[in-house]
Amino acid sequence: MQQIINFIIRNKTFLLFLLLFTISILFTIQSHSYHKSKFINSANFITGGVYNSVNNITGYFDLKTQNEVLVEENNYLKSLLYNTKQPADGTLFRDSLSFDKQFIFGTAKVIKNSYSSTDNILLIDKGSNDSIKQDFGVITSKGILGVVNKTSKNFATVISILNTNSQISAQLKKSNHFGSLTWDGISPAFVQLLDLGKIAPVKKGDTIVTSGRSSIFPKGIPIGTITDFELDDAENFYVIQVKLFNDMSNIEHVYTIENIDIVEITNLLNENKNE
Amino acid sequence: MNNIVSANILRFFTLVLVQVLICSHINFLGYINPYIYILFIILFPVKNNRVLFIFISFLLGLSVDIFLDSGGMHAAACVFIAYVRPVVLKFSFGIQYEHLTMKFDAVDFGSKLTYITVLTVLHHIILFYLEIFSISKIMLVLQKTLFSSIFTILLCVLITIIFSRKTK
Repeated sequence: MQQIINFIIRNKTFLLFLLLFTISILFTIQSHSYHKSKFINSANFITGGVYNSVNNITGYFDLKTQNEVLVEENNYLKSLLYNTKQPADGTLFRDSLSFDKQFIFGTAKVIKNSYSSTDNILLIDKGSNDSIKQDFGVITSKGILGVVNKTSKNFATVISILNTNSQISAQLKKSNHFGSLTWDGISPAFVQLLDLGKIAPVKKGDTIVTSGRSSIFPKGIPIGTITDFELDDAENFYVIQVKLFNDMSNIEHVYTIENIDIVEITNLLNENKNE
Repeated sequence: MNNIVSANILRFFTLVLVQVLICSHINFLGYINPYIYILFIILFPVKNNRVLFIFISFLLGLSVDIFLDSGGMHAAACVFIAYVRPVVLKFSFGIQYEHLTMKFDAVDFGSKLTYITVLTVLHHIILFYLEIFSISKIMLVLQKTLFSSIFTILLCVLITIIFSRKTK
C-alpha cells in the first residue's frame, strides 16, 4: 500500500497528464459521433451570451447584403403568391381553425458560424424556450443548412451539412432516385452525394433537392447543382460533386422546420423493427 | 508575486476571447487560422508548480473547446504541450534554463523562435489530427499543420515583441 502511494506521489505529474489527456480524448471521440457531445457544446449561458452580444455589434456590418437576400426571397414568394391560379368562384378559402399542416416553420439568427474545420457546428439564438428541439431541420432562403443537435434555454447548436458526421437524404429534382448527402471536409462550397444507383439519369447541372425520406426536411428543399460525377470503386453507385446554392460563409437569417408527425413516424418505424 | 498571478489570469481570459471571437474566424485562404491562445502556455513562468500548470492548460484548452464546439481536441493538445514544455525549454535554451533564472524578455531571438516553433508545431499536429480523426487523411493534417503553424508562429513572435517589457 505504502509503495502504491509512493508511486502515485512520485509520478503525480505524469498521472495527471495521462488523466487529463484521456478525458480530452474521450470528449473528442464523443464530439465525433452524432448526437453524443453531452457536456462540451456552445449552447450554454456563457458562450451563447458572449456570441450573442458580439453578434449584436457585428450584425450591423452585414445588414446590406442580408437585406438584399431577404428582398430577393420576398420577391420570389410574391411572384408565387400572385401567380397561383384562383379557384373558379374567385375565393381563396382558408380554414383558419384546422391545424392540418405537417411542417411548422420558425425564424432564427445564426450567431456563430464556422466552415473551415472538418466538423462544423453553428449556433442559433433560439432554444428550448422557443420550442426548438433536437432533429429540427434548419434552412436558409437559398437552401439547406443543417440539423439541430443540442438545445439550451435560449440557444441551440446546429450540425451543419459541412460536417463529416452529417448525413442527409437527398434526391435528383427531375426523378426520384435518392442518395445520401455527405461532406469530405475539403471545400465549403461543395458537398458529395453518395449511394445514388448507377441506373439514375445523372447530368452535369442537374439540381439536387431534399428527398423528404428522413422526416426532418420536407421534400424539395433545394441543395445545389451537380458539377461533376463518377462511379465509385465498385462501379455500382455514383459519387457526385454538388455545388451548394448557399454561400456557407455568409449566413444570418435562417428558418427552423418542425415536423409534427415525427413522433408518429418514428414509432411506426420502431414497431416495424421490433417485429 | 501577486502581480504575476493577476497578469496571468488577465492573459488567460484575453487570449481565450481574442481566439474565439477574432482568430478563429479569419479563415485565410479558406481554412488557415492562427491559434494564438497557446501564448499563455508559452509565456507561463518557468518556475512553476507543474501539476497546477498542466491543470490550468487543460482549463485553457477546454474553454476554447466549449466556444468552438470542438469536443476536447484543444484541451488534449494544450495538456500535451504543457507536459512536454520542460523538455522543449531545455532543448532550446540549454544552460540558461538549468539555472532557472531566465526571463522570456531577456533571451536571444534565435532560441526563442526555436522554442515557440517546436511548441506550436506539436500543438497543431495533435490538434488537427484529432480534428480530422482519420489516418487516411494524413496529408490534409500535415498541410493544415504547416500553414496554420506559420501563421501562429508569426503572430506569436509579433505579439511577444510588441508586448515585451524591455524599456529602451
